[in-house]
Amino acid sequence: MPDFFNFLKPKNELENQGGFAENHPYIPEELWIKCPVCKNAVLSSDLMDNHKVCPKCNYHFRIAARQRIEMTADEGSFEEMDADMSSTNKIGFPDYEKKLRSAKISSGENESVITGTAEICGEKTVIAVMNSQFMMGSMGTVTGEKITKAFEYATANSLPVIIFTVSGGARMQEGILSLMQMAKTSGAAKLHSDAGLLYITVLTDPTTGGVTASFAMEGDIILSEPRALIGFAGPRVIEQTIRQKLPKDFQSAEFLLEKGFIDAVVQRKDMKKTLAKLIRLHKTETKEEVRSE
Amino acid sequence: MSAYDHVIAARANDRPTSVDYITRIFGDSFFELHGDRRFADDKAVIGGIAELKGKPVTVIGLEKGRNLKERMSRNFGSAHPEGYRKALRLMKQAEKFRRPVICFVDTSGAYCGIGAEERGQGQAIAENLMEMMTLKTPVLSIFIGEGGSGGALALAVADEVWMLENAIYSVISPEGCASILWKDPGKTAEASECLKLTAQDLFKLGVIERIIREPKDIESRLFDSLKNLIAETFERKSSISPEKLIEMRYNRFRKF
Repeated sequence: MPDFFNFLKPKNELENQGGFAENHPYIPEELWIKCPVCKNAVLSSDLMDNHKVCPKCNYHFRIAARQRIEMTADEGSFEEMDADMSSTNKIGFPDYEKKLRSAKISSGENESVITGTAEICGEKTVIAVMNSQFMMGSMGTVTGEKITKAFEYATANSLPVIIFTVSGGARMQEGILSLMQMAKTSGAAKLHSDAGLLYITVLTDPTTGGVTASFAMEGDIILSEPRALIGFAGPRVIEQTIRQKLPKDFQSAEFLLEKGFIDAVVQRKDMKKTLAKLIRLHKTETKEEVRSE
Repeated sequence: MSAYDHVIAARANDRPTSVDYITRIFGDSFFELHGDRRFADDKAVIGGIAELKGKPVTVIGLEKGRNLKERMSRNFGSAHPEGYRKALRLMKQAEKFRRPVICFVDTSGAYCGIGAEERGQGQAIAENLMEMMTLKTPVLSIFIGEGGSGGALALAVADEVWMLENAIYSVISPEGCASILWKDPGKTAEASECLKLTAQDLFKLGVIERIIREPKDIESRLFDSLKNLIAETFERKSSISPEKLIEMRYNRFRKF
């Protein structure tokens, strides 16, 4: 089971090369990749053609935010917002600058979320995609600010919002200011909702902590990728608290579906058309209402 | 006092809990209301209606319990989703009847366990954050002991947040921070310092509006002065329109 505190563990070689954290396979070009779930060797090019989903067992490899945008947005339609915003060490937390620097290098991004506008099968939307390669998608003030601004832009321009979440939770190096992002983003989501606009969240592996306890769970429609780990507390924390092993598949997307907390588990290859369909279904209703007023 | 001294003081077993505050401030006027109408009554959250200087208020508190037996029955103040849902039900009720809401916060955090996850701990907290932001009635949160992360914030999306002098409010426990960052739970004192979790630090960061002094004999003057302060604050807020109130609350959190 994925461990969302991986980003805090000592760096390994692969991560220094710009790859994934230790448990999660780095995917070099032109090679055979061993699927971490079924252990079958898969040709890297086959994996790429298959949306980075194992053709043998349907394991959805973690993917970078840019790649997710490529898979979701119509070609050339993505326009990034607030690309240059970047975190500072507001509470003087030891070694935070160093952590930020290495996160920037290993992810090639300025923060744990990319926001902007895009078209999905011709439907215009605001989109935010979190990035597990940047401090395990932890939520700092800039993460919260970019998401809040994305919501505010969508509210002002009557656009839907789609957020792909992946996060280990709050970013403790920003202390209480990180916690405040939960309230801030939730407030922005509420005003967007009160304006009658659509918000869809897509939970990807893993989504935990402060992100689960705020905007990830606030969508009108909550989708998830298969077998994603989704929870408030991480499995290790729970096991330490209750001093027993957790059942298999506890906190998986399918488990949450069964418990009634998500609307649907959607295969990566079907995600784009599903999102487009949902936007379209909401578009007709709201626009006609507005016109008839 | 070091930050870690504050952590110890905030967790001290002889510290007044929400029940003490409710009893001493609202006396016999407090009428307890139970249950979230969905699953159960979570005893880590106490809530009800009371009278404050002749006016009705909704009171909600995270309750740790005052002795071992109580602490066990109240799950040491760590609420399950049904606790947060009970709190939200009472807040919505307060909105309907146009009475202000006062929350006493004292928890090491929302409970981490199988039932809590199965019933949507994250979803319950998220819903509170969202709904509290636009609640059309004044909300005041007072941190009386521990303010543990999302489990505390779920009762603190308020117009004003006050903290007792020795209360703490943090995104993660100093123990958790020390063991994750330095793999060394022995560095708890150092982590306490780094997290900026004392009332003084949080006041400087603009996270809270007021620090409540704790007199040596905490029983003697604290409750009376607090009662007056709460009543005055609600009096001031009562002249603000709900729309303006929500706008101010949004901006209060927007600035971070």
